[in-house]
Amino acid sequence: MRKVVYEVSRSPELGAGGGLVHAPIQPVEGEALPEVDGEIGGGTMLINIGPQHPATHGVLRLVIELDGETVIRCTPHIGYLHSSFEKLGEYRTWNQVIPLTDRMDYLAPLIYNCAYAMAVEKLMGIEVTERCKVVRVILMEMDRIFSHLLWLGTTAIDLGAFTVFLYTFQERERIYTLHENYTGARITTSATRIGGMMADLPAGWIEELEEFMDTFPRTLDEVDTLLTNNSIWVGRTQDVGTISAEDAVNFGLSGANLRASGVSYDIRKDRPYYDYETYDFDVPVGEHGDIYDRYLCRMEEMRQSLRILRQAIDRLPDGPINVDDPRVILPSKTAAMNDMESMIHHFKVVMEGVKAPVGESWFSVESSKGELGMYVVSDGGSKPVRWHVRGPSFINIAALPHMIEGALLSDVIAVNASLDIVLGEIDR
Amino acid sequence: MMLQAETVHQVGELSATGFVVASTIKILAAFSLVMVTVAMLTLLERKISAWMQDRLGPNRVGPGGLLQPAADGLKNILKEETNPAESHRIFFNLAPMLSIIPALVTFAVIPFAAPLPTQWGLVEMVIADVPVGVLFLLAFSSLGVYGIVIAGWSSSNKYALLGGLRAGAQMISYEIALGLSLLSVFFLVGNVRLTEVVTMQQELGLWFALPLAASFILFWISVFAETNRLPFDLPEAESELVTGYHTEYSSMKFSMFFIAEYAHVLTASALMATLFLGGWDIPGWAGDNIRVIGDGTVVGGEPAWWITLLTFLAFLLKTAFFILVFMVVRWTVPRFRYDQVMDLGWKIMLPVALAVVVITAGTILTLDELGVEYGLVYGLILTVVNLAMLAAFLLILDRGRVLAGTGSLTEKRREAQEKARLRRREEAMTTSTGSTAD
Repeated sequence: MRKVVYEVSRSPELGAGGGLVHAPIQPVEGEALPEVDGEIGGGTMLINIGPQHPATHGVLRLVIELDGETVIRCTPHIGYLHSSFEKLGEYRTWNQVIPLTDRMDYLAPLIYNCAYAMAVEKLMGIEVTERCKVVRVILMEMDRIFSHLLWLGTTAIDLGAFTVFLYTFQERERIYTLHENYTGARITTSATRIGGMMADLPAGWIEELEEFMDTFPRTLDEVDTLLTNNSIWVGRTQDVGTISAEDAVNFGLSGANLRASGVSYDIRKDRPYYDYETYDFDVPVGEHGDIYDRYLCRMEEMRQSLRILRQAIDRLPDGPINVDDPRVILPSKTAAMNDMESMIHHFKVVMEGVKAPVGESWFSVESSKGELGMYVVSDGGSKPVRWHVRGPSFINIAALPHMIEGALLSDVIAVNASLDIVLGEIDR
Repeated sequence: MMLQAETVHQVGELSATGFVVASTIKILAAFSLVMVTVAMLTLLERKISAWMQDRLGPNRVGPGGLLQPAADGLKNILKEETNPAESHRIFFNLAPMLSIIPALVTFAVIPFAAPLPTQWGLVEMVIADVPVGVLFLLAFSSLGVYGIVIAGWSSSNKYALLGGLRAGAQMISYEIALGLSLLSVFFLVGNVRLTEVVTMQQELGLWFALPLAASFILFWISVFAETNRLPFDLPEAESELVTGYHTEYSSMKFSMFFIAEYAHVLTASALMATLFLGGWDIPGWAGDNIRVIGDGTVVGGEPAWWITLLTFLAFLLKTAFFILVFMVVRWTVPRFRYDQVMDLGWKIMLPVALAVVVITAGTILTLDELGVEYGLVYGLILTVVNLAMLAAFLLILDRGRVLAGTGSLTEKRREAQEKARLRRREEAMTTSTGSTAD
């Protein structure tokens, strides 16, 4: 009888000489390996989920060893979406890096735009205008809802609830429209500039946002009705993918994944930026660290984001959106066309780029997925010498094997979905 | 709806030739009707899901998208057929047939209208009124699982294999609850002929959905599992197993699984309508209480073509009701996990179905002993007993009591984690001593 044993003890992507092999896992003829559990009398099954699979949220690949349907071991493989963003950034001027940031997390692009701009502004010692601060808070909170909605929809569809997915995508579509009305793009927003924004908010934009905020809670309530007390949903999510507070901290989890385990850590509260300390909002904290708590936390975070949005709209001041700093901000088009000095100024800023002083800076914000840190180093030129991103998804996914070893195959999908990862940012 | 004073009508029996002709016509008509309905069901499902999700659904092919199924069918026939290199060719080709044939054949024993009088004799509106109707039905519907298991195994694909295994385990588990909940029906009918089931419901004056409410609900749940519809669609759980057992199938072979699923839904709905909603019986009207006693003789109402037509409509409506519930449920709830399905099947459904059978049998025996006449009072007493059982069952099923998370598997989980840790340590040792497999 022919027996095929799958041999995976070496790094599956690389051959003996370090070269790439086309069939990473090769069948080896022969007897079953002794390490295969003999107690049950059957071998384990190696199953490959992804990179092309309906539930891997991009191109994540999980190599899973199954005993029946119980997961014995899980190895995540990343890098299928590698785009070398950080290295690319070193060949672009400070402002040109911004389009790279929104391609990392295309589910909450504005948060990444803002975070990068903040890090560079900190390096250059620029304090943005009050209006800009509030506008950025509005944009970031809007994208937090945007990203959480995608999480909600995809997690639901991974557990079989298809309708929820389309409900959330209808709401996302409205945020897409808001993106488009402001930046002209639906996903690749590239909205921020060093020292301000690409433009002020267009007329009527705030009203559109308010309309969204008025009707959005209804959808949220509908989803709440469909899922929160649904006994199948509860059965699929409670006590699944549990991680203790201690383990969560040790794995470096952040965002809702960490808070669901009972650690109250939210950068908006603990290291407030942009006057977050003056906004009145709560940070939901779970206690069990399972999928259900993550779900509850994110649902509540969306409601809290709405609260922040309301307060931000109320306090949105008039005034300029960009700083009055000729080093970073272009003169107005009219001035550049009519006035010699302004034209020279325009030419210099465009051709040489914004220059940052020698030094380094780190700035972290609470993104929808966790702590998003931006680290930039400057040698005094117009390009970063080093740009590093502390991506929350990249660190969160490291805890995946810990959470699913010993769970069932169906749980793998559920836990993976509940972590809210985005592969663009993991692979960078 | 009690039988009036035994009125006997002599219509005349079909000759042998007449029987063959009538049967052929019935087979052809039923087959085309089932196939067309199945095609329309795919459209209906997409329309219903669209309606539930604030979308439009298919609306490009034909008026309102009515020709969409035809376009899909055409596309599937024209598509390239792929055969995986390592598949077991014979079984790989056999599986779709094994899956579709039982789904279609089961329709043969379901009576779909009152008998039709013709000038050549009385034609019963059932393709084959087999004396062992329900046994035939159970036998063939459980054959369907072979198709799925063989498809899963012969594809040489791990997702397909897991899907096939799940399907096998699931269908076998629920077959038992299904069979047990059927038993109560036959206590009342005293026969397994499906035409008899319809007649006895007319005679009782109540559809069995009420006097056998507990069995009805159990049967309904089991049917969901048997047809692999959400929340029991684990064999093809898209997010986990890509599409489960038919991952490797393409073109018309894939389509056949698809047709089989909808044919199952249709047959199951028709069966539930027959067993529990009075089949083709029109409620509140005694004119359709037509009972064939052989030799072309009927007892009760006088058969007429318009009665046949009306009863057929009633049957369609009842079937449509169950189909709609199938579809609305599918687009509402999430999917069970594999162990939860097994728990529900073996730990809840099986004992509950057993208890229901015993209690129902006891009640029927007591009623017969007490000399209560088979009629409305008889039915109402059974209704009370069954509703009480149903309430108790729903109380057990109440959220949080049955479906626990993986927390219920703590031991298993810890074991696997321990195993994983040992494995890692061993690996660390082998790599440190430098004896890698390369």
